[in-house]
Amino acid sequence: MTPQRARELVEAALTRVAPDADLAALAPDADIREALELDSLDFLTYVETLSESSGCRIEEDDYPAFTTVAGGADFLVAHASAP
Amino acid sequence: MKGTERGEFLMPSLGADMESGTVAEWLVKPGDQIRRGDAIAVIDTDKAMIEAESFHTGTVESLLVETGHRVPVGTPLAVIAAVPPHAAGPRARVASPLARTLAARLGVDLSAVHGTGRAGTIRAEDVREAAERETTTRETAARGVEPRPRERPRRTAPGPAEARPQPDHDWERRQETMRQAIARAMARSKREIPHYYLSTTVDMSAALSWLRERNRDLPVSGRLLPAAVLLKAAARAATEVPRLNGFWVDDAFVPGEAVHLGVAVSLKDGGLIAPALHDAACRELDDLMAALKDLVSRARTGRLRSAEMTEATITVTNLGDQGVESVHGVIYPPQVALVGFGKILDRPWAVDGLLGVRPVVTVTLAADHRATDGYTGARFLCTVDRLLNHPETL
Amino acid sequence: MSAGTAASRAASKAAPGDASTAAGKVAPEHVTHEHVTHEHAAHEHAAPENAAPGNAATATYREAMREAIREALRRDDRVFLMGEDVGAYGGCFAVSLGLLEEFGPERVRDTPLSEAGFVGAGIGAALGGMRPIVEIMTVNFSLLALDQIVNNAATLLHMSGGQFNVPLVIRMTTGAGRQLAAQHSHSFEGWYAHIPGLRILAPATTEDARGMLWPALEDPDPVLIFEHGSLYGVPGPLGSGPVDITSAALRRSGADVTLIAYGGTTPKALAAADALAAEGVEADVIDLRVLRPLDDATIMESVGRTHRAVIVDEGWRSGGLSAEIGARIAEHAFYELDAPIQRVCAAEVPIPYARHLEEAALPQVPSIVAAARETVTS
Repeated sequence: MTPQRARELVEAALTRVAPDADLAALAPDADIREALELDSLDFLTYVETLSESSGCRIEEDDYPAFTTVAGGADFLVAHASAP
Repeated sequence: MKGTERGEFLMPSLGADMESGTVAEWLVKPGDQIRRGDAIAVIDTDKAMIEAESFHTGTVESLLVETGHRVPVGTPLAVIAAVPPHAAGPRARVASPLARTLAARLGVDLSAVHGTGRAGTIRAEDVREAAERETTTRETAARGVEPRPRERPRRTAPGPAEARPQPDHDWERRQETMRQAIARAMARSKREIPHYYLSTTVDMSAALSWLRERNRDLPVSGRLLPAAVLLKAAARAATEVPRLNGFWVDDAFVPGEAVHLGVAVSLKDGGLIAPALHDAACRELDDLMAALKDLVSRARTGRLRSAEMTEATITVTNLGDQGVESVHGVIYPPQVALVGFGKILDRPWAVDGLLGVRPVVTVTLAADHRATDGYTGARFLCTVDRLLNHPETL
Repeated sequence: MSAGTAASRAASKAAPGDASTAAGKVAPEHVTHEHVTHEHAAHEHAAPENAAPGNAATATYREAMREAIREALRRDDRVFLMGEDVGAYGGCFAVSLGLLEEFGPERVRDTPLSEAGFVGAGIGAALGGMRPIVEIMTVNFSLLALDQIVNNAATLLHMSGGQFNVPLVIRMTTGAGRQLAAQHSHSFEGWYAHIPGLRILAPATTEDARGMLWPALEDPDPVLIFEHGSLYGVPGPLGSGPVDITSAALRRSGADVTLIAYGGTTPKALAAADALAAEGVEADVIDLRVLRPLDDATIMESVGRTHRAVIVDEGWRSGGLSAEIGARIAEHAFYELDAPIQRVCAAEVPIPYARHLEEAALPQVPSIVAAARETVTS
């Protein structure tokens, strides 16, 4: 998966759980749970959405990578087989 | 409605803190046939948009209040001409045994299924159709992720004009009235209810490793959060200690018929709402998790049902996501207990004379001293502890 | 009921309506006999009674039953037929016509008008090593022998600690539809199906009429065979011999609803299934055949496929066989049901005499169709 595509998927998933978020203003290494006030349900929905849209299996052990936009996108680039 | 053959649909009281409400939307029009339990209007309670259900079966004769009008609780909103009970047929949401079996197997929510049998009875084919529709919807959703509709303006960069159906001052007014509603309910609670508080710390290592094992082979959508386990434990403990599950009404305790677990949901724009997860003690964890997701999502963005607003028998607040260790809550009247869960934290923990690091959670109970004494409350917390140490029994 | 003799019964035939005769039995016996004899005579011309029936042969239900008795009498010396007017008169419903001439009075025996007496004699003969076939004219009259059937035939094996079994077969006519009124038209087989110690059979076809008697005689314990009066004139294939007396039969297959019937209601259920098929509703039709012990497996298998059940029973609904079957479905297949169980039973009145009232009181094809439709649409 290209970094460009991964970034798009991450932003789409974030838009779903935090529709009001200004993603442009979000730092790539900020903890999205704090920045966007996500609770555990929101975070699970975010990971679930990403797992579905990328077709990439995400283990519970991988969750920490997804706490930042950059970490989530990097994970998808490394693990998702789909283009 | 005996004799008169007419009934009035009144502005419902959707919680102890509600004094008035606004008809946000009519879901029926004059001439429509409705059954007891059908949602007929969306009421804006300042805290949420609630679908209000009719207590009558019959034909909608007239609507008395236009949308957008704010009226006190108890104001007649519509007139419903009754039909004789024999003509009304079975009550709404009757489902055949096979339909129930299928719904459980296919994971279909029967309350959302349209029955095509006599008097709206839900039959197997209705459930199959609903399941197919749901699959189609899910596939559509998976293809293109659509943002959920929201009514308030963006916090930061201004969006396009159509994303702001309501002007800012409307949203601020809403915040204000919600704050006032919470203020009334909490002030009443502290004025009338002699609270007592207990707390205990529970070793979560068994529960968390059980969850890890269980979640390991599942797709993300099937995984359970610790919150589901905590809620289930609280609900089960409420069935074992039923004196904490119910209401204090007219100087006496009225036990709840089942455990309808009020779940405190913090709204993104501020404020709080605690709708009920019905029959929480009897539900399987998967089911409970799905219901929790649905309830929180509807509380924040969509609509709650009036039964969810009025039928909670005990409330749970979980501030763990915010990072606090414990919460000593204020009981939501007329309930008699509130359970609080803090954040699950790694802490030094002594076991068999050795010190280790264990994930622990602080569980608190605020209870109404008129209804119970500390001994009962202590039994409740011990039960929660026992259940969380044996997650496989949940 | 007065205890008459064959002689007084003969007198009653000569003078029907004579007030001095056994009032309870005169009218139906007379009427039935005339009716049956004419019908029977027509068959005599069409198909000689004594022609050995082969596999492909057809016969009426009456002839099939007669053939079964004839075969049993030939096959086993211990078998004999006993009952009111089974000999010289040829049977009240002409089932045994010609058998006295063929087998002689030792093996085809007329009895006095005493159901308790001759059923008791049958039980005694069975205990003594014989294989009696006792014919009771109608199920209503069998109530006079209820004590013998329930307190003796059904209990002796149990009460003797397994020492004395009663290899007795009792045949009787059941059911309505022939304007024989409230003392000769009822369907009490459901009562007998209540009694442990009895096997209850209800042949609905000519093949079963012929094939059930021999296995019933081979059963070491008492077996009651209920022959619906409306079936006697119905023709069908004669079959090739003994059939099982343990299972229900699926007479027609369909995916939408299960019609459960037996005996006289089986043809009505099949006709209803034809009518339903014309509306696009496909019905399974189960002929119970054996009313005790009930073949639960066949019923549940069918209901498990169709998810809807209609029970057709000419007995009354309250406390009847249909109630038992409904309860079993609720016990074993509750979660398969997609609609309430429907029952089509006799109206809760003594069976009326007037034809239109009698027809209205009984399960009929339109009422079965309506009940099936109800399960599919409700």
